[in-house]
Amino acid sequence: MSRKISFKDAINEALSLEMGRDNSVIVMGLDNAGGRGTDGQQDAWGGVLGVTKGLYGKYGDRVIDTPISESSYIGAAVGAAACGMRPVVEMMFSDFFGVCFDQMMNQAAKFRYMFGGKAVTPVTMRTCYGGGFRAAAQHSQVLYSVFSHIPGLKVVVPSTPYDAKGLLIQCIRDNDPVIFMEHKVLYAMKGEVPEESYTIPFGQANVVREGKDATIVAIGWMVHKALQAAQSLAKAGIECEVIDPRTVSPLDYATIIKSVEKTGRLVIVDESNPRCSMASDISGVVAQDAFKALKGPIQMVTAPHTPSPFSGALEDLYLPSPAKIEAAVKATM
Amino acid sequence: MAELKKEDLLKAYRTMKEIRDFEERVHKEFATGKIPGFVHLYAGEEAVATGVCMHLTDEDRITSTHRGHGHCIAKGVDIIGMMAEIYGKKTGSCCGKGGSMHIADLEKGMLGANGIVGAGGPLGCGAALAAKFKGKGGVAVVFFGDGASNQGTILESMNLANIWNLPVIFLAENNGYAESTGVKYNVPTPNIADRAAGFNMPGVTVDGNDFFAVYEAANEAIKRAREGGGPTLLECKTNRFYGHFEGDAMTYKAPGEVKRQREECDCLKIFAAKATASGLVTAAELEAIDKEVAALIDEAVEKALAAPTPTEADLLTDVYVSY
Repeated sequence: MSRKISFKDAINEALSLEMGRDNSVIVMGLDNAGGRGTDGQQDAWGGVLGVTKGLYGKYGDRVIDTPISESSYIGAAVGAAACGMRPVVEMMFSDFFGVCFDQMMNQAAKFRYMFGGKAVTPVTMRTCYGGGFRAAAQHSQVLYSVFSHIPGLKVVVPSTPYDAKGLLIQCIRDNDPVIFMEHKVLYAMKGEVPEESYTIPFGQANVVREGKDATIVAIGWMVHKALQAAQSLAKAGIECEVIDPRTVSPLDYATIIKSVEKTGRLVIVDESNPRCSMASDISGVVAQDAFKALKGPIQMVTAPHTPSPFSGALEDLYLPSPAKIEAAVKATM
Repeated sequence: MAELKKEDLLKAYRTMKEIRDFEERVHKEFATGKIPGFVHLYAGEEAVATGVCMHLTDEDRITSTHRGHGHCIAKGVDIIGMMAEIYGKKTGSCCGKGGSMHIADLEKGMLGANGIVGAGGPLGCGAALAAKFKGKGGVAVVFFGDGASNQGTILESMNLANIWNLPVIFLAENNGYAESTGVKYNVPTPNIADRAAGFNMPGVTVDGNDFFAVYEAANEAIKRAREGGGPTLLECKTNRFYGHFEGDAMTYKAPGEVKRQREECDCLKIFAAKATASGLVTAAELEAIDKEVAALIDEAVEKALAAPTPTEADLLTDVYVSY
């Protein structure tokens, strides 16, 4: 018995279920309730894009508005995690990581290793990412490859409401530091989501569409663009296999390689800038580990090496599109 | 000194002596080239860590700095393990994976020495937040230096701790130097504690070379935090006898400065004089401790030198709980 809810509501539901199940789960971030210290409405925002709305009403003190000082409150979440809590801390836009990344990169990520296996740091950092909102250069970036580079962090990038709920519950229950990345455009997307709690394991890609002629690996919002391209290509008799990794660290290279061994052709669709991207990461591993299976060079469809432009006309050119993906698939043929 | 019993005095002396001898020995061994990496010595500051940590239990947490050996010993981290860690051995506190700057013992509430200046501020706020949720009166102490006092993380943490009324003590160890530059240059106010008013918390400055002054001020701040009275900024003015790191020639110090500090500002000498003058302890009792500590440090070095190094299998373990 399932119903359709939005990606945003699926995330809200995951948080609410886990907070109900485990008292050590707390939610904290800028305006995660909203209205704290004012004479107006409490729970005024529920997060800048409304994702955490209603949690304050249910869980009170465990939903915490933070001042605008990311280093201190992201670090406090890390410290609290090292002391037995399960904080879900929000970085309002992933673009802001520059002001606070030490606490995730040098602290959370490295405690377990540096302390000889004796630390457990179960912190989840939620953050929104990506373009399509005309939010311009400092609010539109796609930075999961930067986070994936760091040993000790896990990075999760769901593409559907179903995956968002299951993966976020998994993040909260996971005992390592995880960054959960929410594409802004996907917040409104609706999909079937069971009412009960469920988890989706990390490191398990989803083969969203089967096909024998070309493999398309796509991440986040790009999964949907890839599916559009695949539909169009099918009319030309080209059957694409579309793979959604769901988590980029750990990343299920095995499923991708298995698919490439079947199709011989690989296109990777990654909304990020091209240098040191997930696209180049996946290309490198496939080229090394499945070279013989490839019938031609791997194609990477990414944004250009520029900041995100503001003007809609430019942003539409900046973002990967189904047309660009189709062209890339044809280029492998 | 009314509240300190004989056993407390002996314990305080032993802890400070352990720190001093540990650091003096590391200084000596480092010069032979057998200790890898960087070390930053706490010799001269012993009264601060000791005076504070004597009020803490294993449930209370501390965050530390790159100059963390003193905090570790005062918080009860095993000295044998610490020395082995500094030598990078498998029997080290962190199995040789962390080294001097990352020694930790979470079971003792020691959340780690830290190579990032100021990083302990937010982490300590997190420990205090966890203590607040637990509701058993636990506190956190954030040790940081005059150098760290300007780092955004420390200033942000002070703000956060005060708006959330966290049970945290900001412990400024002002040894006069941020690496090679002086506190007179880096901090615009006479005391770091002068900043406390800006965050609406009590700010206290004490002579960090006097164990009794530190002990008393720390007692008040920790009690305040335990009872829900919120944070304190407690500044202890002290001195470090050695350089920022071992190998630092300290040419930025005035000629004769360290010699004068070792004669006039040595917290162990000051303590011994006051403790024996009180009649509660004798010089002979302190000398007995000196001998025991010397033997302990010898044992630590012997064991560290003899201990096995980590193997190739150890390289890849403990990045994650599961991956």
